[in-house]
Order: sequence, then structure tokens, then C-alpha cells
Amino acid sequence: MSGFFKSSIGRKVAMALSAFFLMFFLIMHVSINLLSVFSADTFNEASHFMGTNWLVQFIMQPVLILGVVFHFVLGFILEIRNKKAQGVKYAKNNGAANSTWMSRNMILSGFVILAFILLHFIDFWFPEINHKYIEVLPEDPTRYFGELQHKFMSPLRVGAYVVAFVLLGLHLGHGFTSAFQSMGITAGRKKTLQSIGKIYAIIIPAAFIFIALFHHFNH
Amino acid sequence: MKLTLKIWRQKSASDKGKLVDYKVDDVSSDMSFLEMLDVLNQDLIDKNEEPIAFDHDCREGICGMCSMFINGRAHGPDRSITVCQLHMRSFKDGDTIYIEPWRAAAFPVIKDLIVDRSAFDRIQQAGGFISVNTSGNTQDANGTLISKHAADTAMDAATCIGCGACVATCKNSSAMLFVGAKVSQYALLPQGQIEAADRVRNMVAQMDLEGFGNCTNTGACEIECPKGISLDNIARMNRELMKANLN
Ligand code: HEM
Ligand code: SF4
Ligand code: FES
Repeated sequence: MSGFFKSSIGRKVAMALSAFFLMFFLIMHVSINLLSVFSADTFNEASHFMGTNWLVQFIMQPVLILGVVFHFVLGFILEIRNKKAQGVKYAKNNGAANSTWMSRNMILSGFVILAFILLHFIDFWFPEINHKYIEVLPEDPTRYFGELQHKFMSPLRVGAYVVAFVLLGLHLGHGFTSAFQSMGITAGRKKTLQSIGKIYAIIIPAAFIFIALFHHFNH
Repeated sequence: MKLTLKIWRQKSASDKGKLVDYKVDDVSSDMSFLEMLDVLNQDLIDKNEEPIAFDHDCREGICGMCSMFINGRAHGPDRSITVCQLHMRSFKDGDTIYIEPWRAAAFPVIKDLIVDRSAFDRIQQAGGFISVNTSGNTQDANGTLISKHAADTAMDAATCIGCGACVATCKNSSAMLFVGAKVSQYALLPQGQIEAADRVRNMVAQMDLEGFGNCTNTGACEIECPKGISLDNIARMNRELMKANLN
């Protein structure tokens, strides 16, 4: 089996598996964030639960971080190997005639998402870890909503969030169905999953953008 | 019509090579693309210049030899054809046409527009066959029942002519459409089952060894393939490899 994951196809499968995991995670993340639009209390409750539950904190969170790192490291490895396979560049290459911009620029959209994830860590995750495990400040189960509102006051940050999520949409616009194809599931190229993929790639980033804008204009 | 051609000239594998401009007048829209190059080559020979080397054989779209990247697309602008099936009516008077060899590290240029595609032969030899007893006891082919659907799908995969357009057009120089077709044509038939696991393992291993890139599902190959080989074949190859490794 280890030989399998060293093969070109094995790497595709590994890429797709990590991508499926990340796509599932995004659904959970956006669902919790959406609560903040409807009710500050419910959002605080959910955040408090996620922030203090040991299963979430010590099992799911490390798995998630590993999943993200795995996905982009393998993405870089694939990109480098593919660049090497290319040889001399064409003087004229009409890529738009046979493939989408999204599919040809996964590494670019990936890069922007990665930059966003770093910003996101500095914004939310490092302060969280500091609060809980380093300075060990007293837990106030109602602090989360205020912190969220505070973050989205800066138009610069909101702008960066919007750009990043548009690029995430483009990443998923190709990635969603691509992941099925990588797993050998041809349904990924049939109408139904194509439509679900399009909806997913638009709705999820749009929801994140909406939440950021909502808090920017309502505080 | 009058055309400007920008053609890749490269004396040998070790030469650096460059695009050279050629003006051609009197091109008839009824000419095939290769005939247009034949006329240019005759001119070059008359002027004591080196003619442009390019691969061709059948000139009817079945051998897969004619390999040119024309105006940024494998086999030129039209769908589902090879270069020998491309006609000058697809171009306009005054056009500038870029003509380049297939580009991929695994397809090194031998001369001008000719590339070495023997990597495909080695992938085929690694597993693209079935073992049949031919010592006089050969079974009647009709003795093995095959569903119409399986036979048709296998035949579709078997129409791959090994031209390499899929590799040439792929941003990753991936050979997965070719290998997917070759794996599928046997995987779909009962005769292919006995060696199925070894076949897919060995062919994929050889493909990786030759230095082809990794598919990222852009789908460019399917669009540019002269035989319309479907991406479903890549998915089938992936399934076959997973199956081979799970057993
Ligand atoms: C939450 C974040 C992310 C999600 C949900 C996500 C999702 C996906 C999906 C669904 C695919 C298609 C997988 C396949 O074709 O098998 C993919 C591919 C890819 N991702 Fe991401 N991705 C994320 C973050 C990143 C980051 C941070 C990078 C960093 C550079 C990245 C780089 C790539 C690359 C290069 C590919 C193409 C590889 C290939 O198809 O072989 N992704 N991603
Ligand atoms: S799959 Fe299509 S493009 Fe690729 S070698 Fe076969 S016929 Fe040519
Ligand atoms: S020369 Fe045979 S396919 Fe074009």
C-alpha cells in the first residue's frame, strides 16, 4: 500500500482525500459562523463549546491542522513535479481553448488561500491559544461574539477576507468535481455532481463573505 | 492565400533550437496542412536549404505520427482530428501560424518538429497486452461472451492512436489519458482480467519512471484528443490501481 501512495495516482488519491476532509470542515465552520448573524448568544454558546470541548481541541483541531498542511505540502510537491515534467515552454499556448482558468491555476488560488489561513491564524487562532493555554486567562463564555465583531471593523481585513474567499470559490469551482475524478468516481463529471459542485463553490465562500460584511456594517 | 509561418527549427537533440519565420504565398484552402508544409519543403530544397523535419505516415488520421502544436493547440484549431486531417480552409489569408513540436520532458525533440515518443512504447510493453496461447489450441473468440456495452466501451478506448496530443496539451505533461485508454481497453474485457492487477501497476510505474507529470483533471487532453478518448478512462485506471493495491 505504501507503494501506492508513492505513485502518481496514489498522490492524486491522497490529494483528493485531504480535499474532501477540508470541504467537510468548511461546511462545519461556515455553519457555526452563520450563527453569529442570527444570535450573539447562540454563537457564543457554540464557540464556547468548540473552544473548551477536549475532543474538538485535542483530537479534531490537530487533525485539521495536519490535514491543511498535508494538502498544501502535497499540492506544492505535485506542482514542482509537474513543472519538471513540462520541458521547454511553448511560444504560443492557447490553454483557454481546452480548459478553465480555475483548473490551470489551482496553485495560485491555493497560495492565496494559504496566505489567508496564515492571516486567520494570527487573527483568531494565536490569540485563542494564548488566552486558553499560555496566559490561561479566565474563560468568559460570552466573549466570542464581541471578539468577532471587533475583528471585522477594519475594512482592510474585510477586504482581504473577501479576496481570499473569492479565490477559495475558484479553487473549489474546479476542485470539488476534480476530487471525485481523482478517486475514480466518474459521477464527478456528470450533471448532478457538477451542479452540486458549482453550488458548493459559490454558496460556501459567499456565506463567509456575507458574514464578514454583515459584521463590518452592523456593530 | 499568403501566410507567415513561425516554425521551430532544431538541428539535433542537443541543439538549442529557435522559431524561424517563413513566408508562404499561393496556399490553396483545399490543401491539407501537411501538403502546405510539403510545398514549403520543396521550396527549401530548391533553394538548397535544409527542409523542415516532421513526422507523418498514413496521412489519414490513423497512425498518430503527425505531431505538431499549431497556434497553441495540439493538432491545430479543429476538434477530433490529427494534423494530416487539418485543412488550410481553417486559416485566413494573412494569418501568422506558430508550428511547434510536442513539448514534454518525456518527449525530447529529435529534430525540428519530430519528438521521441518511445516512452509510450515502453509503457505499452510494461503491460499493454494479454497472453494468449497460439500453439494451435486458440480458443474461438466468440466462445467468450462479452456484453455489447463492454465491447463498445473497450473499443472506444482502443481507438487511441498513441499520438501524444494529450501529453502535449497537458499543463502537467501527464500521460494519463493515453495510459488510461490502454489500461481500460483490457480492463473492460474478460481476456484482460487475468493480468489486470500487474498490468495497471506496471504501466503506471513505467509512466512515472518516464517522467510524465501528474493529472490535475483540467480536461484539456479530452478536448484535444483526435479520437475523443474520454476522461472516464483515467478514472477507470485510478480504480484499477486502487483495486490492484487493495487485493
Ligand atoms: C480550506 C482550504 C482548501 C480546500 C477546501 C481545498 C480544496 C481542494 C480540492 C477539492 C482540490 C481538488 C483535489 C483533487 O483534484 O483531487 C484541491 C486541489 C488542490 N489544492 Fe486545495 N484546498 C484548500 C487549500 C489549499 C491550499 C492552502 C493550497 C496551497 C497551495 C492548495 C493547493 C491545491 C493544489 C495545488 C491542488 C491541485 C492538486 C491536484 O489536483 O492534483 N489548496 N484543493
Ligand atoms: S489518448 Fe488521444 S491524444 Fe492521447 S495518445 Fe491516445 S489518441 Fe492521442
Ligand atoms: S499522418 Fe497518420 S495520423 Fe496523421
